[in-house]
Amino acid sequence: MILRKEHKILVQGITGKQGTFWTKAMQDYGANVVGGVNPKKAGTEHLGVPVHASALDAAKAEPFDVALMFIPPMAAKAAAIDACEAGAKLLVCLTEHIPAHDVMEMHAAARASGTRIVGPNTAGLVTPGETFAGIMPAFNSNVFRPGSVGVISRSGSLGTLVSLNLTQNGMGQSVFYGVGGDPMIGTTSREALEMLDADAKTESVVLCGEIGGSAEEDAADYARTMSKPVVAFIAGRASPPGKKMGHAGAIVSGGQGDYAAKRRALEAAGVAVADVPSQLPELLSERLKAVA
Amino acid sequence: MNFEEYAAKPLLAKSGLAIPPARLVADSGAAFAAAQAIGPCVVKAQVPTGKRGKAGGIKLAATPDEAKAHAKAILGMEIGGFTVEKLLIEGQVPIARELYAAVLNDPKTRGPMVLFSTMGGMDVEEATEKDPTAMRRLPVDITKGLARDDALSLLDGLDLSGATDKIADALVALYKAYRKYDADLLEINPLVVTDNGNVVALDCKFVLDDSSAGRHQGLAEFAAAEPQTELEEAAQKAGLRYIELGGSVGVLANGAGLTMTTMDAVTHYGGEPANFLEVGGEAYTKAKDALSILLANPNLRSLLVNFCGAFARTDVMAEGVVNAWKDLDPKIPVFFTIHGTGEDEAIALVKKELGIEPFDLMDDAVRAAVAAAKEKAA
Repeated sequence: MILRKEHKILVQGITGKQGTFWTKAMQDYGANVVGGVNPKKAGTEHLGVPVHASALDAAKAEPFDVALMFIPPMAAKAAAIDACEAGAKLLVCLTEHIPAHDVMEMHAAARASGTRIVGPNTAGLVTPGETFAGIMPAFNSNVFRPGSVGVISRSGSLGTLVSLNLTQNGMGQSVFYGVGGDPMIGTTSREALEMLDADAKTESVVLCGEIGGSAEEDAADYARTMSKPVVAFIAGRASPPGKKMGHAGAIVSGGQGDYAAKRRALEAAGVAVADVPSQLPELLSERLKAVA
Repeated sequence: MNFEEYAAKPLLAKSGLAIPPARLVADSGAAFAAAQAIGPCVVKAQVPTGKRGKAGGIKLAATPDEAKAHAKAILGMEIGGFTVEKLLIEGQVPIARELYAAVLNDPKTRGPMVLFSTMGGMDVEEATEKDPTAMRRLPVDITKGLARDDALSLLDGLDLSGATDKIADALVALYKAYRKYDADLLEINPLVVTDNGNVVALDCKFVLDDSSAGRHQGLAEFAAAEPQTELEEAAQKAGLRYIELGGSVGVLANGAGLTMTTMDAVTHYGGEPANFLEVGGEAYTKAKDALSILLANPNLRSLLVNFCGAFARTDVMAEGVVNAWKDLDPKIPVFFTIHGTGEDEAIALVKKELGIEPFDLMDDAVRAAVAAAKEKAA
């Protein structure tokens, strides 16, 4: 699902330093934050919205669509399961370094409740000009402008750079979809691509991948079937194998997840791959002209 | 976090799997004594890498003298980039069948996956690549776990020389150990059926999830040391991920994706990155520590600072860099490009305090840093 202005957002961990900073930024941008969670501060108000003891309690007070987690790694599993059981349609999990077995339990809970998890270790979702949920500089008009390019990224910082490159070239974005840098994420690049393909406001897609795993190969399989132009950049060409490049999911091991294979798969599917992000706007323009 | 065989196998034993009697030794005298106590044995190099047998790091010894001779030969050997410093002296097992079993975190199903093959032993990867059906897979619902019946269903139809029930028990025990110890991967290769029908784990590979290490403190100290340079070790102590790459253009960026991208851009414009070092995520206040580590690299000829702030505030990172730069007063040129959260304050600070104008385009900053590194080297 694509985040829209009307979606009601519950912020878990709303009273913390980061929770407060980003919730305020989201509210200023127009996000529909309906409440927060902090068991120790239940019954109070924070940033003009009620604070609840749990997501379940929050749902009883007012139904919500999206749960956004500002929760430390060791507490993330309980918070995610709470959000799923409370009926969240979408769970945006920003937390990095959640134990992998906890992540699998979160995914099991999401399967049972029909919740879509974005992340873990995502920078969030932005719908420029409408709303955002996460830790992206949506409010920085040098970076994000409303437009028709959908951006999918495993990395928040690279997604920011790419959106900036697009905006500098007069190409606004319909959606920024941060899928997350973890190896076991709830929404893959391919699934995000399917959503953007179905989105009426999205006319083309920039896919920002990185080494490790097979997300780009899987996305290429779907891109092959699309009529909307897709261009890509894959980070990690200059990275050595066998090393975890910051993200838990960014590692080339035993010949798996290397740059060349990803690039080959994308190009074979008709996706133009940029050597550096600054080439993306031109590649995209060429593709859009070819379609028109 | 990887564990060598000697540290991994006792975890299997604690979960109910049979392992041979064994002793860890560090010299050939101790190998002799261990072989005396154990009897006919296998002398096994302990290094955190595969293909030990093919490299000559695993030898059978019928007598203590033989064990001593093998120990002398294997200690000090280089295997997969590691020097052998420890040996496991292990009792010989009469092998009838060599099988393969593993449990791992599977990104596709977002849950545990049990793997089993009757083609265990040294060439399991090649064998199952040639014939993918030789590797059986069973996704597990983590909320239910692996029941004995599930394990039996995975083995259904295989000729296992009458050991099917015992192998199913072994798989259940393996799964329990995988869960208990927060493994990313727990692999037994080979899992053997002995001449008298027992099932024994002859080798074990255990990868502990890095993010779970905090809840396994007693274990983590037995993890195999990652080969690291001095600077990489210093960075780890400071809570930073630093990887030395051998080039001359230093890279300091926030976020894994942007840092890799910056390295890629350095390469694209004809330079060689000196390092990976990110100060994003929770590390975004550590710019000063980061810079000190970067500058200690003697190969550095220029430095590229690329901040694209999302979560990480560029003003906070820039402040750290500016302060550290003034303290350390390095004699190499530095090139900035700064965008995103806090960019106006960050750019103003760099201009004011260092008298340096950040580049508006990342590509221009990269080109300048590459050119400066080449000029310095010439």
